[in-house]
Amino acid sequence: MTEPVNSATADVSIRNADFDAGAEIDKLRRAGVGAIATFSGIVRDNAEAPGLIAMTLEHFPGMTEQEIQNIVDQARRRWPITALKVIHRVGRLLPQENIVFVGTASAHRQAAFDSASFIMDYLKTRAPFWKKEETSSGAQWVEALETDDIALQKWVEPQ
Amino acid sequence: MNILYFAWMREHTGCAAEEIDLPDGVSTVADLVPHLASRSDGHATALRNLKTVRVAVNRTYGALDTPICQGDEVAFFPPVTGG
Repeated sequence: MTEPVNSATADVSIRNADFDAGAEIDKLRRAGVGAIATFSGIVRDNAEAPGLIAMTLEHFPGMTEQEIQNIVDQARRRWPITALKVIHRVGRLLPQENIVFVGTASAHRQAAFDSASFIMDYLKTRAPFWKKEETSSGAQWVEALETDDIALQKWVEPQ
Repeated sequence: MNILYFAWMREHTGCAAEEIDLPDGVSTVADLVPHLASRSDGHATALRNLKTVRVAVNRTYGALDTPICQGDEVAFFPPVTGG
């Protein structure tokens, strides 16, 4: 038996505007459950990515929201998620700026951890976003990582 | 039908979207590719290596053998790098 999907409480936001991870956690707390897991993705700073000036994120409006909603719906079928938020920024972002937030609330820590991790792994390989890095030596598109595809394998359910 | 290009594919083709009529004899994405590649040198470059290209038909992931018809939206883009 799988729980019915309740997408009315799923919240997906694609936008240029920044987010406040603390404020998002406070909203998830209102679900009144015992566990919240969150992931924040941040543009690398100069120490980790020498010469990085900015990162521009392009996406496929319409398909992006639909793909992330599909991922969220799958997560809700798999884990007892009480509240959830996915925010992904687009446009030009500077080092140390926020890129992505995923937060899941559940009665149990394992469901919160696993569903947040599942959503990020699928988002990285399915949601149509592309990053272009501006560096002191020019601009280039970021290449997809094979390790992101490998990360998906752990979520394959036994037949 | 509407054809969309994203990221470096858009830079090569020089356009994010273009409206075309379904060419005669085209019934899949693979059939469409040579018609698009012949539109300009940039289109040919963008579509040169299909192993590095992802396809969505009407905003749903597809493949080269996905059937298409007049009125469909066909998007071409590189492997995604969000998150």
